[in-house]
Amino acid sequence: MTQKKFSFFASPWGIITAGAIIGVLAPLLQKLGNPPNMGVCVACFERDIAGALGLHRVSPVQYMRPEIIGFVLGSMVAAYLFREFRARTGSAPVVRFILGVFAMIGGLVFLGCPWRAALRLAGGDGNAIFGLLGLITGIWIGTLFLKNGYNLGRSQPAHTTVGWLMPLTMLGFLVLMLIFPQIPNQEKNGILFYSVKGPGSMHAPLYISLIAGVFIGFLAQRSRFCTMGAIRDFILFRQTHLLLGFISLIVFAFITNLALGQFNPGFSKQPVAHTMSLWNFGGMLLAGLAFTLAGGCPGRQLFLAGEGDGDAAVFVFGMILGAAISHNFGLASSPDGIGPYGIHAVIIGILVCLFIGFTMRKKVA
Amino acid sequence: MGSMIDARGLSCPQPVILTMNEIKKIKKGEIIILVDTDTSKENVSRAAISQGWTIKEIETDETGYKIIIVRE
Repeated sequence: MTQKKFSFFASPWGIITAGAIIGVLAPLLQKLGNPPNMGVCVACFERDIAGALGLHRVSPVQYMRPEIIGFVLGSMVAAYLFREFRARTGSAPVVRFILGVFAMIGGLVFLGCPWRAALRLAGGDGNAIFGLLGLITGIWIGTLFLKNGYNLGRSQPAHTTVGWLMPLTMLGFLVLMLIFPQIPNQEKNGILFYSVKGPGSMHAPLYISLIAGVFIGFLAQRSRFCTMGAIRDFILFRQTHLLLGFISLIVFAFITNLALGQFNPGFSKQPVAHTMSLWNFGGMLLAGLAFTLAGGCPGRQLFLAGEGDGDAAVFVFGMILGAAISHNFGLASSPDGIGPYGIHAVIIGILVCLFIGFTMRKKVA
Repeated sequence: MGSMIDARGLSCPQPVILTMNEIKKIKKGEIIILVDTDTSKENVSRAAISQGWTIKEIETDETGYKIIIVRE
């Protein structure tokens, strides 16, 4: 079989469309109940999932976010429909796990992932500028390693089960939500924790969140949408393909925020944000470096996990554990500022990433 | 016979890096790149075209894709 043409989603208009739809949906989800400038934040929502499971007990951030479940399931549906589902694993999973842990720790010092950095900027939060600069710097450091031969080795084709475990885990989370639904003003139902106040208590209706998540997961799997790859490919190859998608997200989220009256420019008193610029920068530097060494932004890791990549699934589990560590050990920031051990964690995280980057440069067979 | 790159099982952006390195090395001729995902197929093709190379053929087999790029 011979084929030459790019599909629509592999074209520039495809990635722009994917970014635009995410950019419109995220502020709409905020309008429907999701936290401000957090219509879709992969790091925050995985942190909320860690809270819902009781892996940490910070009561304002506990909710089983259906968007995350939808991302994985939507990607899986797309991968099966277009015959791209391929179970695979074996590319240094333990390294990916550790990178996931530190990506989350860095993200929670900033209070967001690249997705939320974009949404915060589009909502007028000036602190996001420092986060984005940190993200770009972290990715730039990562590209230096990539240029010098850094790689995590090859994955191998695996039993289909390997690819199914993350989607099945997400289905399991959804079933738990249906068995133990939220009861108003109650912190727990069965085994699931729910926030009564704070960001975790703010959410769009379950089915709307789920459908939006599935839709985004589908689009992102087809278009390979990746916020880290957007910046990495531009630095490495001067390629703007993925960057078009990331910029499209910011532009369309900005326009939608304006239309919905959700654009509030400024630095202080921004929702779920702090003004410690150096650590907004440092947290995202760590996250950007970890995402680059792991080959994808947190959203992309979910979409890869949905199309059968067991290594991406391990990264996701690392992020969920990282969220638990962040909150249990006082590493995560709050609107008041960074946590008591946030600085230590960022420095250790950067050192761990540098160790991985410097030592994993052996040529692939 | 051109050079051959086996990028199967490598994650982003390794297949593109290997392809770009080979393009810089041989400057013209033919390169065969083996990849195992559609994402890598698209990324490698896009990178080759951006460097002025032409996609001569993409063959599909059970392990993925064999991309043949050329520059006269």
